[in-house]
Amino acid sequence: MTIKIYVPIDSTAQSLGANEVAIAIELEAQKRNLEIELVRNGSRGLFWLEPLVEVLHNGDRVAYGPINEGDVKSLFDSKFYEGGKHDKYLGKTDEIVWLKNQERLTFARVGITDPLSLDDYLDHQGFEGLKKAINLEPQNIVDEVKDSGLRGRGGAAFPTGIKWQTVLDTESTQKYIVCNADEGDSGTYSDRMIMENDPFVLIEGMIIAGLAVNADHGYIYLRSEYPHALDVLNQAIKIVEDNNYLGKNILNSNKNFTLEVRRAAGAYICGEETSLLESLEGKRGLVRYKPPLPAIEGLFGKPTVVNNVISLATIPIILSKGAQYYADFGVGRSKGTLPIQLAGNLKQTGLIEKAFGITLRELLYDFGGGSATGKKIKAVQVGGPLGAFISEENFDIELDYEAYSKLNAVVGHGGIVAFDEDVNMAEMARYSFEFCAIESCGKCTPCRIGSTRGMEVIDKIVAKDEQPKNVALLENLCDTMVNGSLCAMGGMTPFPVMSALKYFPNDFGVESKPSET
Amino acid sequence: MDKNKIQHHIEKYKSLPGGLLPLMHAIQDELGYIPEETYPLISQEMSLSVAEIHGFVSFYHHFRTKKTGKNIIQVCRAESCQAMNSKSIEIYLKDKLGIDYHEMTEDQKFSLEPVYCLGNCACSPSIMINDDVYGRVDKEKIDKLIKDIE
Repeated sequence: MTIKIYVPIDSTAQSLGANEVAIAIELEAQKRNLEIELVRNGSRGLFWLEPLVEVLHNGDRVAYGPINEGDVKSLFDSKFYEGGKHDKYLGKTDEIVWLKNQERLTFARVGITDPLSLDDYLDHQGFEGLKKAINLEPQNIVDEVKDSGLRGRGGAAFPTGIKWQTVLDTESTQKYIVCNADEGDSGTYSDRMIMENDPFVLIEGMIIAGLAVNADHGYIYLRSEYPHALDVLNQAIKIVEDNNYLGKNILNSNKNFTLEVRRAAGAYICGEETSLLESLEGKRGLVRYKPPLPAIEGLFGKPTVVNNVISLATIPIILSKGAQYYADFGVGRSKGTLPIQLAGNLKQTGLIEKAFGITLRELLYDFGGGSATGKKIKAVQVGGPLGAFISEENFDIELDYEAYSKLNAVVGHGGIVAFDEDVNMAEMARYSFEFCAIESCGKCTPCRIGSTRGMEVIDKIVAKDEQPKNVALLENLCDTMVNGSLCAMGGMTPFPVMSALKYFPNDFGVESKPSET
Repeated sequence: MDKNKIQHHIEKYKSLPGGLLPLMHAIQDELGYIPEETYPLISQEMSLSVAEIHGFVSFYHHFRTKKTGKNIIQVCRAESCQAMNSKSIEIYLKDKLGIDYHEMTEDQKFSLEPVYCLGNCACSPSIMINDDVYGRVDKEKIDKLIKDIE
């Protein structure tokens, strides 16, 4: 009987040697005259266990990991293909606690299927959302999304359904769906995982968005740092087109939707929606003034839905299982689930999809297993380079947009980067300004000039040069940036800076905590 | 510069909405960089001024106007990698290759570039060599990767 073995093709798994493991498994099987079927599945997102090799045994998937090339011979010796015991044996994959304690909705298929097998996708509820949507009126689709409570998962958390309503209500012969796949925040990789490991779900979400607002063309604006995702998406689009889910007369419904991927070019600011649209139009990615909203005058001046990868990839399950099913997860106004990404200095890093309401402490210690270095976790940056640093006194606050907002912090795209006690928070604050100076589009003064002046002021504070005066100046500069910048780049860079100063004044050589800003 | 090659790419993207972005990718993919000598031709064909093209290319970190080494090593400088001591990786690579960021080794084998996140944050620190990402890199791993290329 053919033995079915799974080795992930996700680029993080590859970065740890998954391709070499896959080759070694094939060679070893040949040597032993064993007939195997090697599936390159997506990653389950348990990255501390990657490369995670699975084998189908008595109808269950059994996991071994982390496996390197050198382990392959002993895996065969221990008859892993019959579920045999080995040092790296992890038991049934579905029973791994880390995975079992999640609520995987958007990531339901990730790690289970072969990313480019349409049959696999269809066998796992693929295109059920589209099949429902195609028989609905646009307004009914928009209502479903509104009722689900889904908010933009890119970071701004604006209600997705309301954005769609605006585009639907704006009359135009041409409208667009733009997927923001410029995932530039450090500590985040959930967009990449969807695109590499379940590309069809993103495509399905975009088609449904097109049906909902009467748009017939979509763009995926993909960051250039993701060459593997580019390759997977292009292949996936071709497969879906060949099977009449995309293109003209989709599923014989007389409705059309076409899709193309555009490669970005390494500018962080192009993750900001108006800057992204400028870039797609073939220009410098300068932020636009709002209004007009992109929903009214977006790409090439036409009404445009701009949504993050995760928002769009969540649409199919909302349509297939109903708005209420999704809205039943979460707390308060933060409905549904968030794909949380553990990164930085943690023992057990990876993708955790959970309903809103989990605390940082649970994430860092129950899931993350504490720091990788074994030292105390000193600070955690939540929500990317523009997110605040959280200190231990706030580890028990529930992850929820509103609760974080009260802290002057953001949930953002759900990236969590942990630092141990070796980190110097004055250096991190300085880096926030440095990053802003490198990535600012230069259109507005607070961001363009404030970022460089901010680095200088921090240097003076650390050098104890007229310290009280410079601390006041830093607070003043941050206030100007928050209130005077055109977009979140300049407007949020003060979040990490001020949180670092507020919770870790000693690292700046400042004795008393500065006043609230 | 092979004018025909550039012309070929221009034909492909000339009438595509927002075509300048994919056009510049195509040129850089083919030549490894975007020579400034191509600007007048692109300017004429795309109905843009040379200044606009310069403005476009210089805005994006990904686009280069100078020749690079045969292999491009990108070192992630973002927060997650910093939390796993990427600083020591930066110093080690600069020292080993004898170059700073945005420079090329004398034998033209390597260029070194900073990058702000490779999306491999679960396995920091990370570097990227050409199109391949490597996670949890340390000095030995870097030595091996560079030796394999050489």
